[in-house]
Amino acid sequence: MDPLADMGGAPGWGPVTAPTPDEPPFAEPWEGRSFAMTVLTMGRISGRNLDAFRYALERLDPVSYLADGYYGRWLNAAELMLQDSRILAPGAVDARARRLAGEDVEEPEFPEPEKPDYAPSGPGSLREVEGPPRFAAGDAVRTTTSPRPQGPSKLPGYVRGRRGTVTAVRPGHLLPDTHAVFQGENPQYVYTVGFDSAELFGDDAEPSTVHVDLFESYLESDR
Amino acid sequence: MTDAPARRPEPARRTEALESLLVERGLIDPAVMDKFIKTYEQDVGPLNGAKVVARAWTDPEYRERLLAEGTAAIKELGFAGPQGEHIVVLEQTDEVHHVVVCTLCSCYPWPVLGLPPSWYKDPAYRARVVREPRAVLREMGCEVPEGKKIEVWDSSSEVRYLVLPQQPAGTEGWDAEALTPLVTRDAMVGVATVTSPTEAGP
Repeated sequence: MDPLADMGGAPGWGPVTAPTPDEPPFAEPWEGRSFAMTVLTMGRISGRNLDAFRYALERLDPVSYLADGYYGRWLNAAELMLQDSRILAPGAVDARARRLAGEDVEEPEFPEPEKPDYAPSGPGSLREVEGPPRFAAGDAVRTTTSPRPQGPSKLPGYVRGRRGTVTAVRPGHLLPDTHAVFQGENPQYVYTVGFDSAELFGDDAEPSTVHVDLFESYLESDR
Repeated sequence: MTDAPARRPEPARRTEALESLLVERGLIDPAVMDKFIKTYEQDVGPLNGAKVVARAWTDPEYRERLLAEGTAAIKELGFAGPQGEHIVVLEQTDEVHHVVVCTLCSCYPWPVLGLPPSWYKDPAYRARVVREPRAVLREMGCEVPEGKKIEVWDSSSEVRYLVLPQQPAGTEGWDAEALTPLVTRDAMVGVATVTSPTEAGP
């Protein structure tokens, strides 16, 4: 099953939010602090592994994902990553929060950290890839039909097993499928692939082209 | 019947708790956090992107560079950083209307637009704009003329997209400084167009 985070094309979300001019970046002070803590502690775990952070977001239960909005989601994902690497014990945040609110609760002890033995080979997410790209702009491709892997994947469910045309070849990227779980950078070319809306959503879909950025291993030739 | 699970403390309280735990472990410095927050509140925002757009409207050679190599051309104006490793610029034309989304999370070109607004992070936008862009744009007050093609860009890798809006009629000959305030965040994501001061009305 696709995680909740993979929501492209999903029905049932209702009307969109109307834009408001001059919306501040953070609606409340805690949102800014959640943002800063998440970004700044990420490097303490895994060398700023953004894919691991996004995978933590995907692993949240629906309430943790949705209930407290975008920065609540960040806060919960940061907490999950800190628990994964045993920097914090499960329940430590809630216990501290209750103490700060004046409740007399016992706090768990800090565990012995077990951070992943993993460091990125350089800054950022772009890498040189050995050899030429397999596809070129204009090539007909089809995305893999294999079921969604148990772990991380950046192939959105709504384009799985669909035919499209390569719009552009992008630079090599770390492969999130392995990088997000600290199992290697495995850089691959990324391709922007354009899909006709009818291919994705059926013949009565609103006419449009939807371009999606996809890793080479998600694609096969469709000649 | 089982009891409902206990509610977690409010997010403001949990944020305070996490900060206190991390400070106790020496993993975070509140002063560094303050500085970081201030940067995104004051310096990194859509004004950066507006300057890029206004320059492109007034300098044809810059426009060409911007469309060919977005990241490098944007860096010429001093804008670079996290979530801006590879920026591609999409040009609105009389024939095509571009609109940008991130269906998997809320990826957004921070160096030129700052942090994403509520509507961009809303599940309704993420879920629907790939399936029914014209209807979504209409709901947001952006009517795309029938016959104009719509192209949706789902930011599912580290590529980030910036939309170059069309320059509004009646502003020909204006300099970049005068044009910059007309360029909105929403137009640079493709959910609005830039209107001329006279169109905007009182």
